[in-house]
Amino acid sequence: MTVPDFSELAQYLVSALSLGGLYALMALGLVIVYGILRLVNFAYGELVMVGGYGLLLFGDTPLPWIIVAILSIIAAVIAALLMERVAFRPVRNSSATTLLITSFAVSNLLQNIALLAISPRPRAPRLPDIFVKNVTVAGVQFKIVDLIALLVSLIALGALTVFLRRTVIGLALRAAADDFTMTRLLGIRANMVIAAAFAVSGFMAGIVAIFWVGSSGQTWPTVGLQPVLIAFIASVVGGMATLKGAVLGGYVLGFLTMGLQTWLPQGVNAYRDAVMFGIVILVLLIRPDGLIRPSYSRESR
Amino acid sequence: MSLLEVENLVVRYGAIEALRGISLSVNEGEIVGLIGVNGAGKSTTMLSIMGVVRPVRGKITFDGRSLVGLPPETIIRQGIAPVMEGRRVFPSLTVEENLRLGAATIRDHATVEQDLARWYEFFPILGERKHQPAGKLSGGQQQMLAIARALMSRPRMLLMDEPSLGLAPKMVAEVFRLIVQLRDLGMTILLVEQNVRMTLDIVNRAYLLNTGQVEFAGSPAEIRQHADIERAYLGGGTNSVAAAPAPGGV
Repeated sequence: MTVPDFSELAQYLVSALSLGGLYALMALGLVIVYGILRLVNFAYGELVMVGGYGLLLFGDTPLPWIIVAILSIIAAVIAALLMERVAFRPVRNSSATTLLITSFAVSNLLQNIALLAISPRPRAPRLPDIFVKNVTVAGVQFKIVDLIALLVSLIALGALTVFLRRTVIGLALRAAADDFTMTRLLGIRANMVIAAAFAVSGFMAGIVAIFWVGSSGQTWPTVGLQPVLIAFIASVVGGMATLKGAVLGGYVLGFLTMGLQTWLPQGVNAYRDAVMFGIVILVLLIRPDGLIRPSYSRESR
Repeated sequence: MSLLEVENLVVRYGAIEALRGISLSVNEGEIVGLIGVNGAGKSTTMLSIMGVVRPVRGKITFDGRSLVGLPPETIIRQGIAPVMEGRRVFPSLTVEENLRLGAATIRDHATVEQDLARWYEFFPILGERKHQPAGKLSGGQQQMLAIARALMSRPRMLLMDEPSLGLAPKMVAEVFRLIVQLRDLGMTILLVEQNVRMTLDIVNRAYLLNTGQVEFAGSPAEIRQHADIERAYLGGGTNSVAAAPAPGGV
């Protein structure tokens, strides 16, 4: 391992921030639903899949690619709302285990629908060349897609923050994570709050899908498995109890992944994931609740 | 007709009958007390009115409309605002965010701003700390916030469950003074309290609950007299007003 020079460091920072930003969005989509329903929605990965197939299907039309991307995000949001309405609302008052098993069932069902209706094999959607091209800034070469992902994730985080602080629905989402019953006792409709949480979740999954599928160039029925796993690990590391935790966890995981990829010695690079999960376990041993704990203990409900 | 009428309410938790046919009414502009020892059914009555607990039998009407079977958010939208036991402010939201959520059912932006200004003036401490998380307030300040949050929905009636519980004696007196002030502003209040002595000082009427039934109902004077008689005949039974804790003695 040599001392990193300026261009290597700049490349690392940009790629880590871009990957971390995406991981943060993934984790947010998971945690926003968890905060309200206490459900780790493992079917979240299939929302990414819906976004991916959206790119494929809408990409077959002559529409400009940016419209294709927006339509794919909308498809993921609609899928999230449908998921809530059809699968989770009927079992909402059941045990946490029932909810969890429901999420696995939904995940499996959606994967199989994609497998039967589209193809079990990976398919390549039409993608613009920003996903493969590089750009040189101040003598350092960057992937264009990294810069875009970095920017888009920051904008999405900013938009979510404004939504959660400035709108009544956003306030209700945060309040419901503190105390759902009390939120309803202010006259706020439970269905509306939960639907909003799922919509945000679908929105995050849609954005993630574009960069995830865009960087691999392909989409397939189980394309959402890895994103949901990353989202889960990031939110556990950061702390499931707060949205800040999810964001922090996402960036920590992004920096770790890129750091290990950049600086692990050649021979050890195959063990990158093992080293990373080792570090994750270490973090959890020291802080079992994740890096960010809620500052106020929850009222018993 | 009374604003709130509860008729023959029966509530069961599994095999336990928590309410065994309770009837009560609250008229517009009154403070009505619901007193009795722990487990008498005070909070259960409150939770049934708000739709959190479903009664097995009985009628609940608010302004002539039946509330039984409606979800809490619909009941609240009829003009009832709860101040729950334990205050239940949202700790991670700021004071102002808590208040704005209290007005979630109000569409008119100007009304919300006007009410915010009004309650900040009424509760200066909330105005001073409006950008702090509610979790950082003291117990008494959180109680003020819980009451102000309830008022933000412009309710026709406040349901207050143990507002003095867990507060320092000075704060307890403050809260009771506040309840009277609110009545003087025209608010109708159903007040659940274990602090019987102070409750009887401020209510228009009260219901004394005992093991899920109304043991006695009447004016504060009548209730005190009833308690005296009971103490004389039963030697101060543990189930009555006579055994109530002293003010602030929680």
